[in-house]
Amino acid sequence: MLRTLARPIVSLTGCKSASTTSGIRPGTKYGGKTTVTLIPGDGVGPEICESVTTIFKEMSVPVEFETIDLTKHTLKDEGAFNMAISSLRRNGVGLKGVINRSADFRHHNVEFRGNLDTYANVVRCMSFDGIKTHHTGIDLIAIRENTEGEYSCLEHESVPGVVESFKVITREKSLRIAKFAFDYALEHKRRKVTCIHKANIMKLSDGLFKQCCKEVSELYPTIDYDEQIVDNTCQQLVINPQQFDVMVMPNLYGNLVSNLAAGLVGGAGVVPSKSYGSEIAVFEPGARHTWMEMRGMYVANPVAMVLSSAFLLKHLTLHEAGDKLIQAVKLVLNKETCKTRDLGGNATTREMTRAILEELHDLYA
Amino acid sequence: KAVVSTQSTGVITREKSLRIAKFAFDYALEHKRRKVTCIHKANIMKLSDGLFKQCCKEVSELYPTIDYDEQIVDNTCQQLVINPQQFDVMVMPNLYGNLVSNLAAGLVGGAGVVPSKSYGSEIAVFEPGARHTWMEMRGMYVANPVAMVLSSAFLLKHLTLHEAGDKLIQAVKLVLNKETCKTRDLGGNATTREMTRAILEELHDLYA
Repeated sequence: MLRTLARPIVSLTGCKSASTTSGIRPGTKYGGKTTVTLIPGDGVGPEICESVTTIFKEMSVPVEFETIDLTKHTLKDEGAFNMAISSLRRNGVGLKGVINRSADFRHHNVEFRGNLDTYANVVRCMSFDGIKTHHTGIDLIAIRENTEGEYSCLEHESVPGVVESFKVITREKSLRIAKFAFDYALEHKRRKVTCIHKANIMKLSDGLFKQCCKEVSELYPTIDYDEQIVDNTCQQLVINPQQFDVMVMPNLYGNLVSNLAAGLVGGAGVVPSKSYGSEIAVFEPGARHTWMEMRGMYVANPVAMVLSSAFLLKHLTLHEAGDKLIQAVKLVLNKETCKTRDLGGNATTREMTRAILEELHDLYA
Repeated sequence: KAVVSTQSTGVITREKSLRIAKFAFDYALEHKRRKVTCIHKANIMKLSDGLFKQCCKEVSELYPTIDYDEQIVDNTCQQLVINPQQFDVMVMPNLYGNLVSNLAAGLVGGAGVVPSKSYGSEIAVFEPGARHTWMEMRGMYVANPVAMVLSSAFLLKHLTLHEAGDKLIQAVKLVLNKETCKTRDLGGNATTREMTRAILEELHDLYA
């Protein structure tokens, strides 16, 4: 039985300026509540989003969710996709699961990001005391350019049996993500930005990306800058991940590196992420897997989504609520009494949610 | 004039995909392996990796005694750090192969200890598994020779000099297991030559 918290926890006042990183407005407010687009998506998305809505309701957070049902099935209707896009454009902020790919050749998740131009995906991989992993003391931030590169989705079969796929790197987007990375490093008091690339092979495309990062680095003399070839990075991440601080990279390497790093700190179930465009912020789990075969079974770990929602709260300048939520999650993980399957236990999604709420209650008491 | 935009083209062909898939399954059969996993990103690269994946699937049907499955490469990177023991033989296109083999090398001790073999239809080349020159250390004899020595052991076996090859592999393993002689990458300060000498001492005992 969930204990209703005695008083509304969150102050309804305060709307200071938005993050300097992106300059995004902190969301539409109506009647003191901010409307946030919620897209649970496919697979276990609806279950882990339920954890968030439950927690927000108990915390009496001044957020109203506008839920859009965008799944593999509803995608057949063009209207559903457009509704999700216009909702996000209107609200400026969203919480999202993963949409499973449809049978046709459209890439909805990719189009989504391209349409909204959420070009910077930020995955922070931090070791948790309660999760036993080979490496500890990791605190790296993987910043991934999320709108071009290998995900340009330009493929064609030039001759039967021969497929060409294009990877596009532009100066404009490379400079933009590099600037984002350095601004982020400054804002979060980080010491170093490392550009991850394969310019020894992809001399023009990754070479351009690398060059843009170098140019931008010169505008930030207080932040160290270096470069590393991505295959070496994969090795270094498993041997000595503590060496990394902020990493900036093109789309595909970002995907692989953030998944690798997520695995190092506990897996897809615990790592949150944030995606920024110039006018929109989307919060979603760091490693994007739908886990279709487990949908409806409530075995998924809600931590990644809950932490993403805590970052959403901070983005909406509800810092106290966001910080307390993060603290509550860490307490649950550290105590190790409630663990979902991915963490070696057998707690359900809802049991995990309840454990987080109990910690929150103690934190606010 | 500043470069504004670049476009690089990745090419996947049916012919080469079938070829590498067949190689993987033949290799699995020959080395008594149970499973081949195709590593791809066909959810995004639907045509190119889709073609690669399809070719692997087609070839798998010719080898009913070998299990076959498929995994998306980002999940693979995660699985490799969480539970690498699940993997047996993995077959993949070029770039993922580069990243996965480096990652996996890191899991077992790094670039200094992992050998590799490259095969063409008429040529075999043996080289360390993770290809790094380590330019800044050249001439200083601090590099770990194990990766290259193991590669040479595989070369001996390729030349059907099996006894020599197997003894060399055994000698290397003994040196690593004893942990008395370790180069920098393994946490020690032995030189390349000291490591070589240690391997030779073990070989001497093995042949005695």
